[in-house]
Amino acid sequence: MSAFGKIYAIVWKDLLTEVRTKELFGGMFLFALLTIITFNFAFDLTIVNSPDRPAAVAKAASGAGAIWVAFIFAGMLGLGRAVSLERDRGSFDGLLLCPVDRGVIYLGKLAGNLIFIGLVELIAVPVFGALFNLPVLQPALLLVLGLGTLGFAALGTLFSVMAASTRARDVMLPVLLFPISLPVVIGTVRATTMILTHQTGDLIPWLNLLGAFDVIFLTIAFLVFDRVVEE
Amino acid sequence: MLRAIDMRIEPGERVVLFGSNGAGKTTLLRILATLSRPTKGTLLIDGLTIERDAQAARRRIGVVAHQPYLYDDLTAEENLRFFAKMYDVADQHSRIDEVLDLVGLAARRGDRVRTFSRGMQQRLALARAIVHRPALLLFDEPDTGLDRAGVGVLERILEEQASAGGSVLMTTHDLEFGLRAVDRVLLLDSGRLVLDIPAGSIDADDIAERMSSRS
Amino acid sequence: MHARRGNSDGKGRALAVLAGLTMLIALYMMAFYVPSDRVQGISQRIFYIHVPMAWDAFLAFFIVFIGGIMYLVRRSPGWDQLARAAAEIGLVFTSLVLITGSLWGKPIWGTWWSWDARMTSTLILWFIYLGYFMLRSYVSDRERAARYAAVLGIIGFVDVPIVYMSVNWWRTLHPQAVVDLSGAAMPASMLNTLMVSLLAFTILLGYLLYQKFRIEQAKDRLADLYYEREEAETLAAEGAVR
Repeated sequence: MSAFGKIYAIVWKDLLTEVRTKELFGGMFLFALLTIITFNFAFDLTIVNSPDRPAAVAKAASGAGAIWVAFIFAGMLGLGRAVSLERDRGSFDGLLLCPVDRGVIYLGKLAGNLIFIGLVELIAVPVFGALFNLPVLQPALLLVLGLGTLGFAALGTLFSVMAASTRARDVMLPVLLFPISLPVVIGTVRATTMILTHQTGDLIPWLNLLGAFDVIFLTIAFLVFDRVVEE
Repeated sequence: MLRAIDMRIEPGERVVLFGSNGAGKTTLLRILATLSRPTKGTLLIDGLTIERDAQAARRRIGVVAHQPYLYDDLTAEENLRFFAKMYDVADQHSRIDEVLDLVGLAARRGDRVRTFSRGMQQRLALARAIVHRPALLLFDEPDTGLDRAGVGVLERILEEQASAGGSVLMTTHDLEFGLRAVDRVLLLDSGRLVLDIPAGSIDADDIAERMSSRS
Repeated sequence: MHARRGNSDGKGRALAVLAGLTMLIALYMMAFYVPSDRVQGISQRIFYIHVPMAWDAFLAFFIVFIGGIMYLVRRSPGWDQLARAAAEIGLVFTSLVLITGSLWGKPIWGTWWSWDARMTSTLILWFIYLGYFMLRSYVSDRERAARYAAVLGIIGFVDVPIVYMSVNWWRTLHPQAVVDLSGAAMPASMLNTLMVSLLAFTILLGYLLYQKFRIEQAKDRLADLYYEREEAETLAAEGAVR
């Protein structure tokens, strides 16, 4: 069976498990929602179509930042738990026994993580837009979120596996992931702000940054995953 | 932990590995199963090394360990279907039917593994281990949790493996069971192989004596 | 078993002497030779320490990067020992860069910190170093710790320039206090002082790295010996029973 077939099999298995246990998605979605509501009281996120441009921009920027922070936290929750569940039951070893390229396992896990986080985002973004009156229904936003999530998940999938075999799982993942994924945060928030305030003149360089980040770290993680899971 | 292990398993051979707890049986089996790397030395499976032909080597082994390596929330059939895909089993549907019949779980194929008893999970683990017709079976205490019927299934699997020209390396605490229908006996003690003899030349009491004199 | 006298080794001493000499020269130049900056005054002199230390911090990280790659490829403990040594020294230098940068910024620009690309990248580097040591200490198996650390070293090193770039772009919309190091053409005396200081600090790094590497080597050897002794004791105890 081709590599794609095996990636598909891994993703399908993880999706099936999630549909039956609902252990990940609900928690992630709730967490994202609660985070951004908390942010609402930390910063005033409602944007009004006011003639006062700078204030509107500032609010949109806070909104973009809050959205992305919510997704990061929810994403980290999901990444950590996904790995823990599989490790604790010993199923991960079962996967490693199979004659499958470790890179293929990585891609399968990445695809699964992307689907989970992506689903949370797809549902949460319109909700955020409604709650705070932000113009979120723009296709460009989808692209930005996609690129950002891909970069974040590419590193997160690798680091979550590493963190899972340490004594301080929950702490280790953020400690590793936050500093290294900073460019993704910067790029995504900036691009999102531009989109929300309809000032997309300089959008392309940021998309390029995100794209380059994704390619570089996806490649490195893919190559290095083998060494991480060998025992 | 393991010291200077030098061993060979020929095609068609069934080998049992005894040893008290902590002797290193599980460590050795993990290395043979390619889950752990030895600090020194080479592992050859059918002439293949892990460095060069890891996937080809893995395809030739079937493993049963302390964890069942099953997905609790998938059905028995879904589990087998998943592993059959990962192992590139050609005739998946018929092979899965065959294997479910062999371990006596055909009636429960659509039930989630979470609902299985320990014995049933162990039988499904056996099914998973043989679904791809591996040349070498690595069984770490495969008889745990099995009832009479289950042990019968296990013995049938071992017989069929040998008659198909495949090999078996098995560990167990049940000395009688271990000595039945095997060709060779190994004893591991504090990481060293202290015994490597044909099965006929020793009986359960001898083994027990040797093991207790050490622990 | 008798103890061996500590290695009196030529290389280490030569490096120490060289480092000391060049550092003395550099310090003299920094303190007396070079004139004070017209605009920034005497506090600008910290520049001659700040920049070389930043250079050392990033050079050390490069060594962590190379050590990581080589360890994953060759799996010899020597590469990991080198990486560990470089990481620890790099962490110290990074901390010093952050502190000296802050000390420099306060009298000149009035702020202890500025979120410019250089300082931010250095801060991120600091966090990655920290993560490196945290990872190592939380992984119980020595070999796995080395592997994971190698991976982190590789990813971190590739990441830092990307962080720098992204913060730079981000700032084009947030013009803030500019920590301008390169700036206008430097008079020859300043350039010379900087070059000498760079040389001195690089040799210092070499010396520290050399000694630290030998320490890490010894640590590994000690751990191996403890392990072997434990093994021997266990076997001996069993032999006594038989």
